[in-house]
Amino acid sequence: MTEKIHTIESDLVRQSAATLASAIRQGDVTSEQVTAAHLDRIEQVDPAVHAFLYVNREQSLGRAREVDRGIAEGKISSPLAGVPIALKDLLATKGIPTTCGSRILEGWRPPYNATIVERLEAAGVVSLGKTNMDEFAMGSSTEHSGYGPTRNPWDLERIPGGSGGGSAAAVASFQSPLAIGTDTGGSIRQPAAVTGTVGVKPTYGGVSRYGIVALASSLDQAGPCARDVMDTALLHSIIAGHDPRDSTSINSPVPDVIQAALSADVRQMKIGVIKQLQGEGFQRGVLERFNAALDLLAGLGAEIIEVSCEHFQYALGAYYLILPSEASSNLARFDGMRFGIRRGDDGSNSVEQVMSATREAGFGAEVKRRIMLGTYALSSGYYDAYYGQAQKIRTLITRDFESAFSHVDVLVSPTAPTTAFKIGEKLDDPLAMYLNDIATIPVNLAGNCAMSLPIGLAPEDGLPVGLQIIAPAMADDRLYRVGSALEAALVDQWGGLLIEEAPAL
Amino acid sequence: MSSIDREQVVHLGRLARLELSESEVTHYTEQLDQILGAIAAISEVAAEDIPPTSHPIPMTNVFRDDIPTPGLDRSVVAEGAPAWEDDRFLVPRILDEPA
Amino acid sequence: MTSTAFDNVIAEFEPVIGLETHIELGTQTKMFCGCSTEFGGDPNTHVCPVCLGLPGSMPAVNRTAVESTIRMGLALNCSIAPWSRFARKNYFYPDMPKNYQISQYDEPLCINGFLDVTVITEDGPRVFRVEIERVHMEEDTGKLTHGGGAGRIHGATHSLVDYNRAGIPLIEVVTKPIAGTGSLAPDVAKAYVTELRELMRALGVSDVRMEEGSLRCDVNVSLARTGESWGTRTETKNVNSLRSVERAVRTEMIRQAERLRDGNRIVQETRHFNEETGNTTSGRSKEQAEDYRYFPEPDLIPVAPSEEWISELRTTLPEIPSVRRARLQQVWGISDFDMASLVNAGALDLIEQTIHSGVSEQAARKWWMGEFSRIANERGCDLVDLTVQPLDIRQVESLIASGDLTDKLARSVFEGVIAGEGSVAEVISRRGLKVVSDDTSLIAAIEQALAEQPDVAEKIKSGKLQAAGAIVGAVMKATQGQADAAKVRGLLFELLGISE
Ligand SMILES: [Mg+2]
Ligand SMILES: [Zn+2]
Repeated sequence: MTEKIHTIESDLVRQSAATLASAIRQGDVTSEQVTAAHLDRIEQVDPAVHAFLYVNREQSLGRAREVDRGIAEGKISSPLAGVPIALKDLLATKGIPTTCGSRILEGWRPPYNATIVERLEAAGVVSLGKTNMDEFAMGSSTEHSGYGPTRNPWDLERIPGGSGGGSAAAVASFQSPLAIGTDTGGSIRQPAAVTGTVGVKPTYGGVSRYGIVALASSLDQAGPCARDVMDTALLHSIIAGHDPRDSTSINSPVPDVIQAALSADVRQMKIGVIKQLQGEGFQRGVLERFNAALDLLAGLGAEIIEVSCEHFQYALGAYYLILPSEASSNLARFDGMRFGIRRGDDGSNSVEQVMSATREAGFGAEVKRRIMLGTYALSSGYYDAYYGQAQKIRTLITRDFESAFSHVDVLVSPTAPTTAFKIGEKLDDPLAMYLNDIATIPVNLAGNCAMSLPIGLAPEDGLPVGLQIIAPAMADDRLYRVGSALEAALVDQWGGLLIEEAPAL
Repeated sequence: MSSIDREQVVHLGRLARLELSESEVTHYTEQLDQILGAIAAISEVAAEDIPPTSHPIPMTNVFRDDIPTPGLDRSVVAEGAPAWEDDRFLVPRILDEPA
Repeated sequence: MTSTAFDNVIAEFEPVIGLETHIELGTQTKMFCGCSTEFGGDPNTHVCPVCLGLPGSMPAVNRTAVESTIRMGLALNCSIAPWSRFARKNYFYPDMPKNYQISQYDEPLCINGFLDVTVITEDGPRVFRVEIERVHMEEDTGKLTHGGGAGRIHGATHSLVDYNRAGIPLIEVVTKPIAGTGSLAPDVAKAYVTELRELMRALGVSDVRMEEGSLRCDVNVSLARTGESWGTRTETKNVNSLRSVERAVRTEMIRQAERLRDGNRIVQETRHFNEETGNTTSGRSKEQAEDYRYFPEPDLIPVAPSEEWISELRTTLPEIPSVRRARLQQVWGISDFDMASLVNAGALDLIEQTIHSGVSEQAARKWWMGEFSRIANERGCDLVDLTVQPLDIRQVESLIASGDLTDKLARSVFEGVIAGEGSVAEVISRRGLKVVSDDTSLIAAIEQALAEQPDVAEKIKSGKLQAAGAIVGAVMKATQGQADAAKVRGLLFELLGISE
């Protein structure tokens, strides 16, 4: 008997969220058991992976028991009721430490919940804890966390992507079936690509930003991370929708992403391949897998068309002006006066000295670099040449997308130019690091939605490769239609999800 | 586009309330210059007649009704404060001259 | 009011002034969150993640604040922009939770208006058209209390911050440079702010309680030698009363003139106004280096008022104060000076309401500008703060008409009402203020007085009617003032068989 429970529990962490939810609904297993199994897994593997910054076993189990009661009493019914989740540490969680991966927020417990957190709670999704990230989401490797890097479950010497490396690694290492990420320039999609998981950046305004600590307000968007397309869709449907507390939130119905994931049909669809996002700078194995995926899509009945997006070459430049500009202003509030740490307050220093000392001590190098860059780009005399010009390029990139979507239903590209690189490899070369986001950034600039899903391993290094699907704003359902069709075809080929190939930890 | 010098970096540090060390000033001077150089290409794009996009989804007129909602308990506010006195946030002296 | 120093300025220089006025709107909630705007709450009790600028919080625009701003713009004859945006003004200061202020920059909601203001001069009233550059929305900051030292920012060892005020909606009204006012510059500045305040009150968008700091002015002054182009301007911050506006312009004109005469340049700078001395002092020079790094607020979307919305708001505009004043002045037949005094005392609404309640226009003005103004002055409060209501005045006036109260008794009634002794009827009964109109008791009192002063009776009978005063006086004394003197006099003559 004891032995049988053990088998179920060790299995639990490898199940999809949909399977777990249905088992919980049917009473085969409780949320408490599922949650406990994942907490055990965290204890077992996270010392090596370091996906989590905060886990509170008793709190999570207590919440799971509440959800079990709620389900039994018929008070909670959602397609993910009872399933555990990991939250990127950028989400404000009431009474629970929220650091944004920064030392400046060490010990801060927000007095309120982000809208996403409220929605997840209402849906009976149980939080396991907060995940590691590049400080204030600035980075593509999670090496810029103030609390040490997260490691890629496929190879612990490599980066899990960033900024949401913790969320992706938690899902990839079976510590959680679901996670929330945020994506300002690729921080959901690139980690998904390099960890062999699925991640979606919804349409800008599709998911409330209220309670998500802002990096670049006009680019930030939270979204779902999971191991398969259907789980991603289920999570998407719970967190999306209008929120009056976020004035940029779109007030119209959420596209039916679950139905789209179920349909898994690309026949008659026109799929555009972006000419500018292949070739030079892209790893050979990445392109190889990408082309094989295109063949597969064509085999499923889609029409593959090459499209040109001429202004994408300026996307990175525009992004690295807009992001630091907005970030320099968003991060101004971290001054040691109302919350977070305070340094240098010896009773003789002025408020300016204390603010400066606090920010100097609390922020890491990448954050400071971007604050400096943003302060420069916004300062008088430079605004027009930098920020102003970047906003115009944003218009041109949006027009590129509009014109592309007048010919095709979705666009595709490799999610990232390379597979996971080694920890430390690009740390001293910010420009090389920034190039990682070359394919994901245009989407944030235009506010479209996009998904990354695994399409196999690069032959040269055996590491996961991701394919990016891009759809127009508020056509998020198309991502799931294409993603689930491609996933089904790949699972057919492989006999299971790619993530099952990951080495045991 | 103009390249960035030490003096500017010091000024930016001050504007941004970052107490940069000498070596940081050197470091950021180099790196900002490099980054600005790399993205200088955006200024080559002729975009005179192109309207700027500051918000990706065109929307207008989103308002909230003027109806009070409960705020935070002061005890909770105080708990989060680095320094607190007499029901208020305590901050260091504001002027630069010594007290 | 005129000083030699000031006269000397005018002899040589021509002032150009400009005013930026911040006024707190009277909305229920703050500009970007649902926290109460109520004044005087315990520190940090009207706060939430948004107005404390906590990480992750986001602003949401108060519709009523936008409507109030548009209405103010319309009342100031502005064009309402079809497309306007919020921007971030970035600078670090501990009273500002986010270290940026959400304001409007190059895309304000209302532009290009004007306000006509009247200044009373020795040669009669003069109207100046003050051109309005813009009217925009922004948020207020928190309130600092300085600790250690003298409670001022200078010499303080630390400060305490209350964020109850942070995020309260402000409208900022900015004038274009006002030239051609000459020696009247201080008066024009004061008249403009007064008029602005009246307008806000008439629109009902703010009650503008200056003592609570809900109106604050920045005063720009520059001098040019007569006939030459404009000089360098200074900006005097936080001038918080009508009197101070006038003083700030005047002292800054004198100061600049002295510098210029000594061959010095005027430094373009921010100056602080000292309410006690009336002087201005230089702000920190470092502020000149401030670079606000404005950019469009990415957490908010544009405000694009439709023609329909604007027209709808236009229909809600009340009669503009200047128009109303002209109308009332004509109806009441009073002088410019009298009207100006009524406005200054804030008595216009009260008098009009009193007239509406059925009191004669003359009586209404008499009470408010006479007795009540005197009491308000004594108490150091505004007329509106007195508890007396228009209906009280009507009641008292009708008792006077029916002979139940004398003027003197009526004053006593109001004294009681204002002292909180109850309603008009209650005060009359408690203080026993009824006129003694019972003939029998009055005749008895008269007979008694005549008996006590037989010589006076004889004088009256012999035709010296003015001697009647002594008897009337005695009767009034005997009835403790509660008799109607005219009536006593009538009865006396009747008794003595004399016809007047
Ligand atoms: Mg202002
Ligand atoms: Zn608030």
